[in-house]
Formats: sequence, structure tokens, C-alpha cells
Amino acid sequence: MKKFVYTTCEMCTGRCPLMVEVLDGEVKHIWGNPHVQGGQQCCPRGAAAKALLSDNERPQHPLIRDGERGSGKWRQASWDEAYDYIADRLKTAKEKYGAKSILLSDRGGPMTEFERTFLAAIGSPNYFNHHATCSNSVHNAHMSIAGHARNSVDYDYENCKYMVLFGRNIYESIKTTEAKTVMDMQEAGGKMVCVDVRWNYTAAKSDKFFIIRPGTDYALTLALIHQIIKDNLYDPDFVNRWVLGFDEIKRFTIPYTPEWAEKETGIPAKEIIRIAHEAGEAKPAVIFHPGWMTSWFSNDYYLRRAIYTLNALMGSYETKGGIYINKKPGEVGLKYRTLIGQIPKVKEERFDGVGTKFPHLSDQWGLAQMLPHAILNEDPYPIKAYIVMRHDPLASLPDPDLMKKAFAKLDLLVSIDINYSETGWFSDVILPESTFLERTDHVYVRSGSGLTPHLTLIRQAVKPRFDTKGRGEIFKALADRMGVGQFFPYNSPEELVAWQLEGSGYTIESFDATGVIEPSKEQIWYDRKDGIKFNTPSGKIELISSMLEKHNIPSFIPYESPPKPAEGSFRLVTSKVAVHTQGRTTANIGILNELYSENHLWMNTEEARKLGISDGDTVEVSVEGYAKKIGAKLTDHIHPEVVFMLHGFGDTVPLRTKSFGKGVSDIRLQRGLLKTAVGGNCPLTECVVAVKKTAA
Amino acid sequence: MSIYYIHQSQKRCIGCRACEIHCKTENDVPVGPRFCAIVPVGPKVVENVPRMNFIFMPCFHCENPWCVSACPTGAMQKRAKDGIVFVEPSLCVGCKSCITACPWGVPQWNRDTGRVFKCDYCRHRVDEGLEPACVTGCTTKALKWITPDMASLDKREKFAREIAENLPY
Repeated sequence: MKKFVYTTCEMCTGRCPLMVEVLDGEVKHIWGNPHVQGGQQCCPRGAAAKALLSDNERPQHPLIRDGERGSGKWRQASWDEAYDYIADRLKTAKEKYGAKSILLSDRGGPMTEFERTFLAAIGSPNYFNHHATCSNSVHNAHMSIAGHARNSVDYDYENCKYMVLFGRNIYESIKTTEAKTVMDMQEAGGKMVCVDVRWNYTAAKSDKFFIIRPGTDYALTLALIHQIIKDNLYDPDFVNRWVLGFDEIKRFTIPYTPEWAEKETGIPAKEIIRIAHEAGEAKPAVIFHPGWMTSWFSNDYYLRRAIYTLNALMGSYETKGGIYINKKPGEVGLKYRTLIGQIPKVKEERFDGVGTKFPHLSDQWGLAQMLPHAILNEDPYPIKAYIVMRHDPLASLPDPDLMKKAFAKLDLLVSIDINYSETGWFSDVILPESTFLERTDHVYVRSGSGLTPHLTLIRQAVKPRFDTKGRGEIFKALADRMGVGQFFPYNSPEELVAWQLEGSGYTIESFDATGVIEPSKEQIWYDRKDGIKFNTPSGKIELISSMLEKHNIPSFIPYESPPKPAEGSFRLVTSKVAVHTQGRTTANIGILNELYSENHLWMNTEEARKLGISDGDTVEVSVEGYAKKIGAKLTDHIHPEVVFMLHGFGDTVPLRTKSFGKGVSDIRLQRGLLKTAVGGNCPLTECVVAVKKTAA
Repeated sequence: MSIYYIHQSQKRCIGCRACEIHCKTENDVPVGPRFCAIVPVGPKVVENVPRMNFIFMPCFHCENPWCVSACPTGAMQKRAKDGIVFVEPSLCVGCKSCITACPWGVPQWNRDTGRVFKCDYCRHRVDEGLEPACVTGCTTKALKWITPDMASLDKREKFAREIAENLPY
């Protein structure tokens, strides 16, 4: 018998709406949800979730370490034994050092309530997620300038007439609906300008492509602001009504002319002027895309603030073809309960310095890069236990060896995952989570649904193949043992959903037909004259941020030219391809692995020739004595100061036989970059590597 | 008669290879063989932008298929009603004549069974009134399931539009 189950994809953090075709109790095919995205399109990673399900090289039952940490020696345990093991150690940590000695991190996003509720219920403030190596700088920049999280706004690509991408690889680091809609925009005549340090498939599809000198995007944005103001290309009504600090930014950008920026960026002044004018003509249906994975440089915060400034000048906010604020379910009369909403926020001092050492940064996503410092120095206090929920610090943050040294000091390290993560391999306990096809989670507001707010969820399509459990059951069981089970008022996912929707007029069956509860298809747009909600102290877009000024942090900083790497040295830049995400979910899936099983080092042809390197040669890439061999791939279309490799390779877990040992790990080369830049990001592209030819 | 055609828009294709994965999962194709393939070609610089072509290579379901003619056992067949070319596995002896014969390398070797298998336009789906999985699942809707005469009509219309745009009045 065939049936369709509507759910949410969890192969990457894009979380696209899916329709799972189930035949006689087995997954037959995974499609996009046509009721939400207007078609069954689904990217290769989502489609390959069927192969994830049938993969036997993932944890199949709870495991407790049976040897040194990281030795790979495990014993199979029952769930009760594993829960008791964890709860006993958590209780000891809490009694001796307080609940704040317990940390928890995940990958962020809308499906994080179980773990955040658990942590808050036991009394720890120390939730954080992976964004230190992803979008912290753009998130914090937007918080400071508009009072909005990076993802509490979205983009109306469909109606956009002109979009500028700064390193946002929209056609390779893909979200299905985003890629499809941007393609629709291009087909309808919308123009796309791509600025990147290297050519990629997004560049190949753009109307204009500029290779920019690495680290100079800020110079480009300053020159664009300069030109837009100089030639009166901005939206005066929007700026007068909603923007504070226009005169200051005008004065500040006077010296930053396109001619000056040409020398810094390598992009001709006339092209910079052209972008300013083309955007000015297309406004307000213009998007200067602020980026997504933005852990680039120490000054990245100011680049992102400048990009948002460009959008503010264009009047792009809350207009067709621009940036819109995501509307909330309450605005269409949709009421639902959340688990986390039942618990007051824990107000104790955080481990990562957010709110103390870093008063201007958001605690929403925290600072994962502070882990080793906090654990090793007990600063600001001792840390004893760490629960890693579908997050892999040892595979995603720089300096994994330092991280391991810190983890060795913990009394408890738990990994909850569908895969053997590198952190999991170093843990005391691995709790195997059911894949998103095998479990039901809580109801949440779908991000990207901001014009017509709607609820959705991850919903079980098939029974678990192995002795795995859903996160809702795992955290409830741990909460029960910690004496805070009352915050998990359910005995099954169905009971939880019923509790969440109580009094709303909807039930879990309301999701059956389309996968969403969407009271109205009518788009909500706030009034551009009086109705836009910017959550800054002034209620406006603050180019001069009152919050930053209060903390004596400048709202803009002068541009500093980045140093050119020495001869034979290059900046290491990374990105993704469509078939792989952050490596851990997709790398070991056979049908994806066969398309990309290892990464290569992209180099500028001319620079490579100077070093005697030909296409396909083996090269040694090294930093401070740490060296790895990798195949070279030469291209004319990469900046001479840059080398590039895909992120997520160099797997160290032997049980993952398809990805183990394949390719090179970028994070192991990012030595010494476990830093907190002003935007809360690790400055990952400040990594400079030496490259030389070597024997294969 | 061969009545189907998959049209690929080079403009819309981003080379993500979702078509390959949808094909593999729908037809349970193991690692190794591929019923359809995206072959990236490029980059080639056109007006200062390095462009890519992603050539989609399924089976073309020829009107006079080389593979069917080459098959000594009658395993490789053409469906009378719609021209879909498929393998009847019980008749395949694994001689690989079809692999030799096909100019585009379409027939694939199944190591597990020692037989040939290939793209059959997901005929189980087509028979239900659906499109092949590669078309339905395509991320950017670059693939279209149409008839050959629709393909030529579309091409003419597209050409006409482009010509008209450049015509002086």
C-alpha cells in the first residue's frame, strides 16, 4: 500500500518541506512537499535520505566507552543503562559545581526545543550552537542594525529585480526552494551579480561575476555606499522614515571612492559605479545578500553591517522583491504552545562570555569557540559535562586537538547523533538518534514561511531500523531522571503535539493533507510607512547602533587593507557542493560519496606554474608544521592569493568506511583561529597555508 | 513508436545532480552504475563570465535502438505502445553486446546480478500517469517531460521570442 507522509528534511540545516512516498512500510522515494513549494523538487541530499536510512554504518544502539576516550572501544548498553550513566554524572556535576557546569550545543534551527528545554529545566544557561563557524557575524550584525536575527527575515527572490551576492554560493550550497526561486527570478529577467574570490556554479549562472581580492569585500561595500549616496541612488522616503545615522555614514564613506576600491578589490571602478546605478534603478526590489556562512574575517561584523546598510539605502525592507520580516503565527490567529515557553530563561552568567566579556553579542546562538578556554581555564567557572546534540565541534571548529585536550578534562561527554561524529567517537556515551524519517518531533513555525505563517513538524514515515530513539523521548527520559520530567508533559509524540495544539482548533491530523497548518494563503506585508517592526531601541534601522555605542564599540570602522600572503602561501577558503553539506550527514552515503569522495586543492594556474605545479599533481598543504597531501586542481578563475578546498572531508572515524581517510580536513589547517571576532565568528579565512609540490 | 522526450533547460540546470540521485533511489541502482548522468562541461568564458554546461545524459529511447538490434537473446526490448527501451532481466545473459553497441554508453552493468539494466524512463511511474523520477525531483525544474513534437515547438517559440526582441521597429 502506498501512502505519503509530509515532514521536514534534516539532511542539512535548510530544513526543506518533504513528501515521503512510503510503499508497504518502506520508504520508496523522498520528494519535496508540493503543497508548500509548488512542486516535488528536492535536492540530491534530501533525495539521498533513503540511502541514509539503509546505511548500516551508523550507531545502532546506545554505546558506552570501554577504553580510553577516542580509542574506538565501545560496549553496547541498554537505553536505561545509558540514561542512568548520563544522569548520575549530570547530578554529580550539578550538586558539586552547579547546573551551569553543564553545557549543551546543537546545530541550531527551529527543532531544538527538546534539548533547550532540558537544559533550562535543570537550570543551566549554557546553550549554544554551531553558528560560531557559520553565521554568527551576520546574525549579530543584523541584531545590532535592525534588531532582527539573521533568519527572522527572508528574501522575496521571486520578485527581485537585482541581487548582489557576496560569496553566497546560492546554486551549490543549496536549499531547494531558494535555488529554484532564484532561478525563476533569473528566468523572469532579474539580474544577478556574483562577487567571490573564486569561480563556482553560482558565478557561472550570474549576469556578472567579479573575482575579488580576499578580505576586501568591506572596501567594495563602502564604495557602493559612497556612490549610492553621492549619486542620490537611495530611497529617500525609506531612509528618512526608517534609517538613523545616514549623515554619519555619508561622512564616513566620503574617502571610499570606487577608484580607491578598485585598487583594493581588483574590481574596476566603472563596474562598481555600474552596480550602484543598476541597483538604484531596480530599487526597492533589490537584495544585497548578506550571506549565510559568514565566518570569514575578524572584521566580518562590519562587512555584514555595511551590506545591511546597502539594503536600508535601497529601501529593500518589507517590499516585494526585497527583504521581508517573517510574520508570526499569532498574526494569523494561530495559537500553539512550546515546551521552552513554559520555562523562564535561566539568567545566570554564561560560560562563553556573552553578556559579560562580549556584551554586544547575542546569547541566542552563543560562542562555541570559547569551549577550550572555558574548560581548560575554568573561566568563568568549572565546566564538567557537555551534551553534544547532532553537532560536531571536533569536525567543524578550528584546532580540534586543543578541543580534545579540553574535552579530556570533562567528567562527561555525550553525543546524541544519527552518525558516528568525530565528537561522538571521543565521547563517553553515544545515544543513537532515529533519523528524521523514523521519528516525530515537536510542532514548530516553518522558517521561510514568513509571509504566510504556518506550523509544521518532523513526522515519522517508517519505524526505526535499529534500536534508536527520537529526541523527544531521549530528553524526556533524561529529564525524568533529573527530577524535571514535569516540563515534558507527554508520553508519546502524538500526546506532545496534542498538548501543543490544545485549544487551537487543530490536531495532529491537521498536518495529514499538506504537512502544514496554514490558516491563510494571503501574504502579510507590513505598512512601509508606519508598520515595520525593527526591534532596535529606536524602532528604526540604526546605522549608528545605540547598543554598540553604549558598549563603546564603534558602529563603523576604517577599512584596513589585508596583508598579501608571502610567496608560496595562500589564503585557504572553503565552501560546499550540492551533494554534500557539512560532511557528517552526507559524506558516508554511498550514492553521494561516489559523486564526491574526496576534496582537491583549487589553485590559480599562473601561481601554480610559478611553484612548478601542474593540474592533477599531488601537493603538500601545510600550516605551522602540520602538513597534508592533496591533489591540485588548477583554474584561471580563482584569485591568485587564494587556494580553495571543499569543507567536510578528512573523516577520522574508521567505522565510516566510505568517507574514512578521504580528502583533507580544512579545520585542521585553520590553526590558531579558534578566536572570537567582534561579530562572534571564528575568522576562518584568515587561515594562510603554504603549498608546494610533493611526491604522490 | 518513441513518444517521449526529456527536455533539459541548460539555463535552469545548476548541475546539482539531484536527477541522478532521484533516479538511483527510485530504481534502487547501487553505487557504480548510473541510469542517467549529468556531465559538467566547462567552464568556457563567454562575455567575461566563465559559463558551464551540464549535459544531461539519460537513455534517449531511440526509434531504432542499437542496443535492441545487438541483443542476441531478446532481453533488450522496445515497448510497442510508447517506445520505451527496457531490459527483461530473465532473458539477459550478461553478454554486454548492448553496452558495446550503444553510442552513448547508456546500458549499465549490474555487478550484483551479472546482467545489464538501464533507464526505462521509470516506466512503472509512467504507467501510473507520472513522470520519470529525474524530472519530478529536479531541484530547479530544469527537466521537462514532453513529447518530441512539443520539444521542437518550444524551441521554435523560444527562438522566435529571441529574434523578436532584437528586431528593430
